[in-house]
Amino acid sequence: MDVAIVGIGIHPFGRTPSRTGLQQGAYAARLALQDAGVEWKDMQFAFGGSASAGNADALGNELGLTGIPFINVANGCATGGSSLMAAYAAIKSGEHDIGLVAGFDKHDRGAFNADPAALGIGQWYGEVGLMMTTQFFAMKIQKYMHDYGISADTLAKVAEKAFSNGALNPNAWRREPVSAEQVADSMMLNDPLTKFMFCSPAEGGVALVLCRADKAKNYCDSPVYLKSAVLRSRRFGSFEVFAPSQALQQVDGPTVDASKAAFEMAGVGPGDIDVAQLQDTESGAEVMHMAENGFCEHGEQEQLIQSGATHIGGSMPINTDGGCLANGEPIGASGLRQVYENVLQLRGQAGDHQVPGDPRLGYTHVYGAPGISAVTILQR
Amino acid sequence: MSKQVPIVEGLFTWPAEQPALLGSRCNNCGVAAFPVAQSCMACSGQDVSVEELPGRGTLWTWTVQRFMPKPPYHSNETPETFQPYGVGYLELPGGVRVEGRLTENDPEKIRIGMEMDVVFDTWRTEDNGDEIITFFFRPVSEPAQEG
Repeated sequence: MDVAIVGIGIHPFGRTPSRTGLQQGAYAARLALQDAGVEWKDMQFAFGGSASAGNADALGNELGLTGIPFINVANGCATGGSSLMAAYAAIKSGEHDIGLVAGFDKHDRGAFNADPAALGIGQWYGEVGLMMTTQFFAMKIQKYMHDYGISADTLAKVAEKAFSNGALNPNAWRREPVSAEQVADSMMLNDPLTKFMFCSPAEGGVALVLCRADKAKNYCDSPVYLKSAVLRSRRFGSFEVFAPSQALQQVDGPTVDASKAAFEMAGVGPGDIDVAQLQDTESGAEVMHMAENGFCEHGEQEQLIQSGATHIGGSMPINTDGGCLANGEPIGASGLRQVYENVLQLRGQAGDHQVPGDPRLGYTHVYGAPGISAVTILQR
Repeated sequence: MSKQVPIVEGLFTWPAEQPALLGSRCNNCGVAAFPVAQSCMACSGQDVSVEELPGRGTLWTWTVQRFMPKPPYHSNETPETFQPYGVGYLELPGGVRVEGRLTENDPEKIRIGMEMDVVFDTWRTEDNGDEIITFFFRPVSEPAQEG
């Protein structure tokens, strides 16, 4: 049984002091239900996640207590992708016909402070200052720049593009363009990454209504089909965040594994994709994830990004809604935001940030600690 | 009376004339790990031996941490006295790549592939005067120029 997305809803990302994270999730859920022309009581199941704003199944207190199975999902930055994969499997298996996926969050300002014990690491690791996601991303791109000749200016151009796309997206947090020079000249946080090259923890909510593909037209004139939803965790030997040591022998990371599996499941290749949302928790991540997801060879990003290929009007549009850099990262909602954006793109409803040429296939990718990746491929 | 205390038991040999990081090596597949693990992440084997890791290696990658981390970061610094610190993975031949703080924080003086020694020094001093010891990676000093 194929699976379709027939309803989408979003609460604007950024800072909304007047609403709790849960209320932002409920706001998005109501919009998604309305978009599909259904009611909450029509939902047969729900999966949802939030890292800092309470249990997702508390949405029942806002939307109504209907007795359905509602499962809380917690999988780091890949929480949204994991919820979606679980919902996909629930419908594909024939267990359910229609259900809701929701993600929301509300984080404090500043970098995340993860607890070593929760990841099976000794307290000493955090005490001496190694328990920092920002360090990992900086060290990964530092090595990558050394090996593949990516320039610091290319990192700045990734952020410049994110902010210019964010300026076109009414739901984005950062809506002011920032030039590559301003990005490069902002405070250095973790060499080679400056302040404007990092996304920030933020707030927001997204919800999606999924149903059996053969019933999709009952709810939606322009359903978008979920051709694949894949989650992979790290194998031994991949270079991951929060790792006190790594193996001498390197293997491909979970992004490469999830991407290959997703393309195989969908029966398409990277060259067929018309629009892609790739995890860009910082500029370097977008660069490396372009290659890890199969969209180019390692090192080709330098020319692709400098030539504007990844812009909305380019040959390989990436992070058309401004990505994590312009939207911030509310952990529970972030992966679903990418799917929301691709549904808009495939429906032709993305407004000022619409990719030209009637895109048909969309790709999303999230990466999370301590080494997981979720990929979806959508087709209209 | 104040004394020197390792940040955690079993991370490195202490006290010792020549302290060394402690790793584990799988007796089934031969893969090493740091810190010492009870089982092997590579092959799931549970037969492991503890060994001392080499004291010199090459820098695999690095960054400089320029803002003060939130807790669980625990030093004697305040936001006013915080000093940026280098962080890197040191590739220890025949062993693993270990992540640690660098003694150097000037990006101009750090490069991938440079040789570094594993050194042990005071990390913070407790209220009772105890010195908490941990490991750092220090660039191997250039040979002194003659003349």
